[in-house]
Amino acid sequence: MKRIYSVWVENRSGVLCKVAGLFSRRSYNIDSLTVGETHDKTISSMTILSSGTSHTLEQIEKQLNKKLDVIKVRTFSEEQAILREVILLKIKYTSDQRREIMEICEFLKAEIVDATTTHMIITLCDTPDRIEKLLSMVRKFNIVEISRTGTLAMPKCGDGE
Amino acid sequence: MNGANLLVKALETEGVRYVFGYPGVSICPFFDALHSSEIKPVLMRGEQSAGHAANGYARAGKTVGVCAVSSGPGATNLITAIATAFADSIPLICITGQVPIEQIGSDMFQEADILGAAESFVKYSYAVRTAKDIPRIVKEAFHIASTGRKGPVLIDFPVDVQNMEGGAFTEYGTVNLRTYKPTLKGHAVQIKKVLKVLQDAKRPILCVGGGVISSGAEEAVTTFAEKYNLPVVSTMMGIGVMKTDHPLYMGMVGNNGKKYANKAMNESDLLIMVGARVADRAVSQPDLITKDKILVHIDIDPAEIGKNAGPSIPIVGDAKLIFDELNKAELTCDFKDWSDRLIRYSKTREGNLQSTVKFVDPNLLVKTVSELLPEDGIYIADVGQNQIYSASNYIYKGGMYFTSGGMGTMGYSLPASVGAFYARPSLPIVCAIGDGAMQMVLSELGRIKEDQPNLKIIIMNNKNLGMIREYQHNHYDNRYTMVDLGDIPDYSLIAKAYGISYKRIKTNKELKNLEAVFADKAPWVIEVSVDSDAFCVN
Repeated sequence: MKRIYSVWVENRSGVLCKVAGLFSRRSYNIDSLTVGETHDKTISSMTILSSGTSHTLEQIEKQLNKKLDVIKVRTFSEEQAILREVILLKIKYTSDQRREIMEICEFLKAEIVDATTTHMIITLCDTPDRIEKLLSMVRKFNIVEISRTGTLAMPKCGDGE
Repeated sequence: MNGANLLVKALETEGVRYVFGYPGVSICPFFDALHSSEIKPVLMRGEQSAGHAANGYARAGKTVGVCAVSSGPGATNLITAIATAFADSIPLICITGQVPIEQIGSDMFQEADILGAAESFVKYSYAVRTAKDIPRIVKEAFHIASTGRKGPVLIDFPVDVQNMEGGAFTEYGTVNLRTYKPTLKGHAVQIKKVLKVLQDAKRPILCVGGGVISSGAEEAVTTFAEKYNLPVVSTMMGIGVMKTDHPLYMGMVGNNGKKYANKAMNESDLLIMVGARVADRAVSQPDLITKDKILVHIDIDPAEIGKNAGPSIPIVGDAKLIFDELNKAELTCDFKDWSDRLIRYSKTREGNLQSTVKFVDPNLLVKTVSELLPEDGIYIADVGQNQIYSASNYIYKGGMYFTSGGMGTMGYSLPASVGAFYARPSLPIVCAIGDGAMQMVLSELGRIKEDQPNLKIIIMNNKNLGMIREYQHNHYDNRYTMVDLGDIPDYSLIAKAYGISYKRIKTNKELKNLEAVFADKAPWVIEVSVDSDAFCVN
């Protein structure tokens, strides 16, 4: 079972360490973790993707709430949220591969943001599923380097919002 | 005013009277600032002891205990005491010296990342970066330590900030933390649900834990039990909620508890658990306490509810407030038949404890000692066989009973006794300890010699690490290893070296000699010979 935790924390040094430490201390999984500032400079937002039994996932929420630097924990399933991830991919290619790579990029709306005659960097900002799709399609080429942001998430707009 | 003086002022404002500690260069400005204060520094003989003494002080004084140590090894030595307090939810303020801010991260002499190292054992921690923050930090720290689920708060205090000018002291106003708002009042709907299931129950039972003592709910819980004739069992941390001779009290549950108390709990159709975290030692099979029964779990920490067993009715809040609410109701149910049946059954099981013929029977020893201890006395059990003998046989008459329940820290009892003495100097104290733990904290006899508390240190000496020996007997086919302490040291000489009175008890008959020892108000080391083959788990 997968679960997304959108955690607002005090924007102070050491807080990331405390939250990450909680996961390791209690043997919870972190599938991905992203951190950034929010609309309020004193608040950072952490998006944590975790997986486990429903009991574990419930415990994670309770333990996060217990941390004194945690302001608010929202938790939702993948269906209940808008998810985005950014990937940067560096590929070493030959001239006869270039056409196919460009077609894949066009198909998935990925962008070639840098290129030489032998290398190019592709980027895509999309749902984690589509990122995986891109990866599976370019894996047959010579991938030199991959960098991913991890998943960002925000619950979908509600009617009363 | 510099940072050290600001800290002293802030501690005075919180009503602190003693700081248990151990010095070092990085904490010198703070201890120096105490010269001009009514707060008395108490020099323990090690940092861990300073933490345990603050723990004993907090428990006996029903207040917050304060300890202060230096940076590096001083701070790391304190970690076990911090973890001990965390596991038992004891409110402590732990102040550690630190190298100057500019040097942090440079691996300077006696630098340790204590905040990082202690992170998973503290309720919260502060790194002081400027002296003027001290009034706020101290106010918040006391608030956090002493409210909600209580626990230790660490303040790491660089030596240059202790010397830094921070302006005049003004008390910080009301604490308002957006991240910390513990739920104290139980949810009215949940309380109604509990009353409803109680009204419908046939075999209800109440299981009380340390949270009841922590919230001061002993009386409210007892009133509730008496109102409906509800039988009561306790966890080890719950010893001290009800008097041992209370007709509704069945004793301690768990691995080392009374078999009939466990049986009663398992056979109930409604189990109301209060301030207990359903830990492995108290409830070895969590599925049994939810099987064929309604489990009501009352705890101040929402994360404890459902952690080890899924309750039917959870109530988050302070036990005292919740039981005050529950006591307002007037139900028509009465469980006298059920509780009478349990008590009758338990009476038939009494006296089943195996006694040893060699030396002194530890069961009899604990019974004798608890009879000699006046009603308001404090009994502090260490960890090991002595802890189990104490929990099983101690006759609670209304005083206080402490032990390191969650962490099981050997060597807790003696420094905790020192702390208890500072909180309640007029009360007699018994420290029950094994010869293994005693050798970890022998040096505290120096503190005891200085303070002259009415403390009776009962060393149950079987010349072995008895609990592990017993474990190796049960699980390793008697292949004993790492447990033999030999006939060392000579405790009469140790006592003499520290100038403390000494008594040796070798037989059950000689137990009568304890009467004279207990009549004396001075500290005594009482060495009691116990058979190394006497096993505490029956």
